[in-house]
Amino acid sequence: MTKTNDFNAVPRSPSIDKVGVEERVARFQSRSIKNDSKMQGLHMVLNMIDLTTLEGKDTPGKVRQMCFKAAHLHDSYPDLPTVAAVCVYPSMVRLAKSIVGDFGIKVASVSTAFPSGQAPMNVKISDTKYAVEHGADEIDMVISRGKFLSGEFSFVFDEISAIKEVCGDARLKVILETGELSTLDNVRKASDIAMYAGADFIKTSTGKIQPAATMQVTYTMLQAIRDFYDETGVMVGMKPAGGISNAKLALHNLVMVKEVLGQEWLTNQWFRFGASSLANDVLMQILKTDTGAYQSADYFTID
Amino acid sequence: MTTKNNNWDYAASVESTAHIKLNKKYALYIDGKWVEPSSKKYFTTHNPHNEERIAEIADANDHDVDLAVKAADRAYKEVWSKISASERGKYIFRIARLMQEHARELAVIESLDSGKPIRESRDIDIPLACNHFFYYAGWADKLEYAFPNQKKEALGVAGQIIPWNFPLLMAAWKIAPALATGNTVVLKPAETTSLTALKLAEIIHASGLPPGVVNIVTGYGHTGAAIVSHPKVAKIAFTGSTAVGKLIQRSIAGTTKKATLELGGKSANIIFDDAPIDQAVEGIINGIFFNQGHVCCAGSRLFVQENVAEKVIRKLKHRMQSLQIGNPLDKNTDIGAINSAEQLSIINKYIKIGIKEGSEFFQSKCVLPKKGYYCAPTLFINVAQSSVLTQEEIFGPVLSIQTFRTVDEVIQKANNSPYGLAAGVWTDKGSKIFNLTSKLKAGVVWANTYNKFDPSSPFGGYKESGYGREGGLHGLAAYLK
Repeated sequence: MTKTNDFNAVPRSPSIDKVGVEERVARFQSRSIKNDSKMQGLHMVLNMIDLTTLEGKDTPGKVRQMCFKAAHLHDSYPDLPTVAAVCVYPSMVRLAKSIVGDFGIKVASVSTAFPSGQAPMNVKISDTKYAVEHGADEIDMVISRGKFLSGEFSFVFDEISAIKEVCGDARLKVILETGELSTLDNVRKASDIAMYAGADFIKTSTGKIQPAATMQVTYTMLQAIRDFYDETGVMVGMKPAGGISNAKLALHNLVMVKEVLGQEWLTNQWFRFGASSLANDVLMQILKTDTGAYQSADYFTID
Repeated sequence: MTTKNNNWDYAASVESTAHIKLNKKYALYIDGKWVEPSSKKYFTTHNPHNEERIAEIADANDHDVDLAVKAADRAYKEVWSKISASERGKYIFRIARLMQEHARELAVIESLDSGKPIRESRDIDIPLACNHFFYYAGWADKLEYAFPNQKKEALGVAGQIIPWNFPLLMAAWKIAPALATGNTVVLKPAETTSLTALKLAEIIHASGLPPGVVNIVTGYGHTGAAIVSHPKVAKIAFTGSTAVGKLIQRSIAGTTKKATLELGGKSANIIFDDAPIDQAVEGIINGIFFNQGHVCCAGSRLFVQENVAEKVIRKLKHRMQSLQIGNPLDKNTDIGAINSAEQLSIINKYIKIGIKEGSEFFQSKCVLPKKGYYCAPTLFINVAQSSVLTQEEIFGPVLSIQTFRTVDEVIQKANNSPYGLAAGVWTDKGSKIFNLTSKLKAGVVWANTYNKFDPSSPFGGYKESGYGREGGLHGLAAYLK
């Protein structure tokens, strides 16, 4: 199945009933993940994390430390996976790549005037080109929420396809910034536009706006991915980002992926967590499962 | 580092039974005492998950029922009709609180005895049962506000017969309004699910309710028949099959006994093309597979607008694959055991008929436990209005699916049934909802949801689904003259 670049090919998005979504999410949250499932799930979560630093005050020193952590989550504990990727600004891509590249950890770069996306097209294109040329494996772009909310859907579509072209081999994650879209109907519509325009991943948030990756929003996007797959046969990945800071919530996200999309999506090829503090809580849970007691946060390295 | 494909399943997470207290043998609860059945006969109640025996239950005969009704009559005349309404309310509140304190134990026993998943007994049955007591406790001393300018009086002894699908919840639906309105009670639980009603008797006993106000007699159909025909019973409240409902009507014809009958159903769940499709699919699942389909108001006839039928059915099949079927006590179980071998054979009989009729047949791929009474969630697609599957109540996890083209057509077809208990309407358009709710001949119509219950909301049917309402203000009126 080849992807089309025609906005008119985007089907009419189904309406979303918020109350129904909340009920469904409550069912996922009532799943009880214990023993082997919990251990396996926690390892999967670690391996799906995009370890992220996206601050104005980011420096090479900070990025270097975070990249080391990405490959060495907790060396005193055997057989832990690495995270999936590190996520940085374009200016840090080359440095990050030089550190984590050998470990098979991907480097993701935000682009298109992240986080607001309020820049002209040529700036967004060159922002993306810069990241790709410096070795980014993945591009996390933001959509123009202002255009979306003013009803210029074809503009949003065209922008995503243009960035997709610049990406080349890099996989494109499209950030919807669902906290600004405000309704689940909008989230669904933006998801459909992004996927039909060529997104390899759809992503909830920049992490700069609240609310970010609520389970309601993630569920709505997973359903959109399911429908897109049923219509086109093309798998699209999902990345909830922002607000997932503990292991339990992460496991409930996996439950959701399993039940909505299926086991095929339960790898870091198709599912990621955009998070900075999640990894340590997961590590704490893994060690607790082994030793029976929670250790102090001081036994887990920050970064 | 990328990982291999992850096959991730839920490990067993079984609710402990260590904290529950069950006797080996249960006598009858009459006049505030545990009384041996005069016949000395007991029958066994089984766990439908593994067919193991749980306890022996007394089989009450006419003599035992007579004792119970006389105790209730005496308690009505000497105590319950004399104490103040606010005192009555206090007792009911006390029962509600004690039930809450025993909620976990009640939930586990309910799942052991009935086969329903612990998720439902824990999150739905038991909390709702408690809420019914709380709700009606509040009305006890406010009846003059419920019925202004009317002089309402209690009826006397209420004979109450309840089914096996929501054992404790149905006991609460029956007992709470009866007590609030000043009646006394003789209640018979279903023979396969007596345990939570007997635990409720223990709770009622602990609450200090005067002896004889609530009596619990266990047994089969003959026990129920003895209650119905007893001359001192003023009111029959029955929830169960339409066939038994008709027997009751015959039996009380020509007497002054009042009755409310909540009987079978074959409720229509209607999906329009402008519905929120994914939530509607969830509503279909909840409508037919809730409590293994042992729900009188189950959305067992699905009507899907033809232009979205393919999509809805595809999604439905996919969703069915993620339903976990198995041990009712596993916290991840969505669909538990069929209540009895007898009910399982009825369901299987209908499945055979459906296959023979030639409708498209689909069952989710799942491994059913080897022991116990289990039935995979089942769809029959493109079923005709004239098929047995759309006409008769199956009372199991079997959904028959029909398509429709227009609003008028679906209203006609939905109403073209001997039953009229409930219906569901799924559309994004408010005006369409109001159009349908006013035209569907069903006691309850849910819009963009299904199987929602609340103590304040009346429930009951049209036609062969019975008469009278339970719940809310209407539920009070049924126990007053």
